[in-house]
Amino acid sequence: MKLLMKGNEAIGEGAVRAGCRYFFGYPITPQSELPHYLAWRLPEVGGVFLQAESELAAINMVYGAAAAGVRVMTSSSGPGISLMQEGISFLAGAELPAVIVNVGRGGPGLGNIAPAQSDYFQATRGGGHGDYHVIVLAPASVPEILTLMQDAFDLADNYRNPVMVLADGVLGQIMEPVVLEDSCPATIPAKPWATTGSEGRTQNIINSLYIVPQELENHCLKLAAKYESIAEDHTRWESYETGDADLVVVAYGTAARIAKAAVNAARRRGIRAGLVRPISLWPFPSRALQKMARRASAFLVVEMSLGQMVEDVKSALAGARPVHFYGRTGGMLPEAREILHRLELLQEGVNSYAKELWPTASADQ
Amino acid sequence: MPKNFGRPQALTSNPFHYCPGCSHGIVHRLVAEVIDELGIKGRTVGIASVGCSVFSYNYFDLDMVQAAHGRAPAVATGLKRALPDRMVFTYQGDGDLAAIGTAETVHAAARGENITVIFINNANFGMTGGQMAPTTLLGQVTTTTPEGRNAAANGYPLRVCEMLATLEGVAFLSRVTVHKPAMVVRAKAAIKKAIQAQLAGAGFSLVEVLAACPTNWGQTPAGALRWLEENMLPAYPVGEFRSWEAC
Repeated sequence: MKLLMKGNEAIGEGAVRAGCRYFFGYPITPQSELPHYLAWRLPEVGGVFLQAESELAAINMVYGAAAAGVRVMTSSSGPGISLMQEGISFLAGAELPAVIVNVGRGGPGLGNIAPAQSDYFQATRGGGHGDYHVIVLAPASVPEILTLMQDAFDLADNYRNPVMVLADGVLGQIMEPVVLEDSCPATIPAKPWATTGSEGRTQNIINSLYIVPQELENHCLKLAAKYESIAEDHTRWESYETGDADLVVVAYGTAARIAKAAVNAARRRGIRAGLVRPISLWPFPSRALQKMARRASAFLVVEMSLGQMVEDVKSALAGARPVHFYGRTGGMLPEAREILHRLELLQEGVNSYAKELWPTASADQ
Repeated sequence: MPKNFGRPQALTSNPFHYCPGCSHGIVHRLVAEVIDELGIKGRTVGIASVGCSVFSYNYFDLDMVQAAHGRAPAVATGLKRALPDRMVFTYQGDGDLAAIGTAETVHAAARGENITVIFINNANFGMTGGQMAPTTLLGQVTTTTPEGRNAAANGYPLRVCEMLATLEGVAFLSRVTVHKPAMVVRAKAAIKKAIQAQLAGAGFSLVEVLAACPTNWGQTPAGALRWLEENMLPAYPVGEFRSWEAC
């Protein structure tokens, strides 16, 4: 069945198709269409939609349902995701699978409700307290949202780890055609660790407390080994026109769509530009960028923030190639012509430093 | 001679770590005895909270989930919604339930969430070193009210049962005490009724247990029981605030 679907609704439909039957959340813009969708869709398939009293309660309801062994999710945006961080740390510590969606908006503080990518640090550095990571997936289109929701629930279950889907207000609100195949019932792995009542076995305990320091260090080392294995097997990115690229643009989500238009325009002007779009923001595709650095002479990172992912790109390239940055923040979008302009400057050999490429309000007026 | 008194099946063989004279051991035992008597050990899930009872998962021989500070009713909500035929209870102290977790408590009760809350009120934060709790009495000396709790500076004690009694979602609400053997028997009856209410699908049930904390009250175990009777009972009258009977 082919239909036109809004990003926020695709998140909900993707979750249902992945076997998620439980949603706990608290209202916030710009993700509202998602709970609106699940409020009727989950009961239709025998699931539970519950509007919690706060994001604190919502993420802990997710914790409880995850402990029971079911597929469960929540969604929010910037300020609400900040409130959930304690709970996400507990999910990671107790190794509970769950999916958290952040339809990003402008920050800091109350910021605004316009699309932004300024929660990158929060998403990719764990976000809460302690030594941990969540897997972070960043879709760039409505059809991709559908497939990544399935992947998110599979990864969460397979690794017993929270997965964050990091979108933004544009992806939440945009409508694009999708094809909904007749879906088979989702395959959900057995969860012998779940706290379902101890009938016929010894007790199961879901816990993140290790009062003896050596035991907590052992637990954290076990988590670290798990993260290494995830990085080995599930680092994902899309390469576009990078085969012969001299200048590589790195961008994700909505910014990557804008960057793709700029790369196409640059190619028409004879500039050998390409695009790398990280799909997993954690783990980050560092090795892919290192390989491209063999051919490419410079990198340009484009973000809807004042520069967060750019630090991962710099860290991956470790000074091997210059890394430039162009970003807009506060809900403003980068413009393809501005990206093209910077690619032209780089092509001309005006290898200026990042600050000279920095957009200023006056330059845009 | 037949042995008539043993350890409940729903308790592990681990010795309690609680201070001498602390009421947690008694209440753990009462909950375990009720679970045994109802024959629901294999289909019960308990939620441990943050506080002195954080290690209750080591003592209850049940499936147990340790929750973030104050969030046990939210964790219980998620678990119960996923497994509606299991008995789900939380075990929380007064700092956890009545300070940081007030919102989760009130809203789980308002929703009529079909869970049971065992609420230990010992008028202070025990584990972190005897600080003032919302339930600390006026004039009571704690480590953060060295001159005694003063209404002008610290406000008034929170009476949880009286507050929750206004909510329609509550099925059973009782305050009990365990400072005398006869009272322990009544406390067990209240815990049983609360769990039976949940098994009947009646809605939210809560039993508040007035409990002794000799260490942080600066009392001997026997002195703490006297202090509880003389000071806590007048401020926190025992009784049923919402009745429920099995039909």
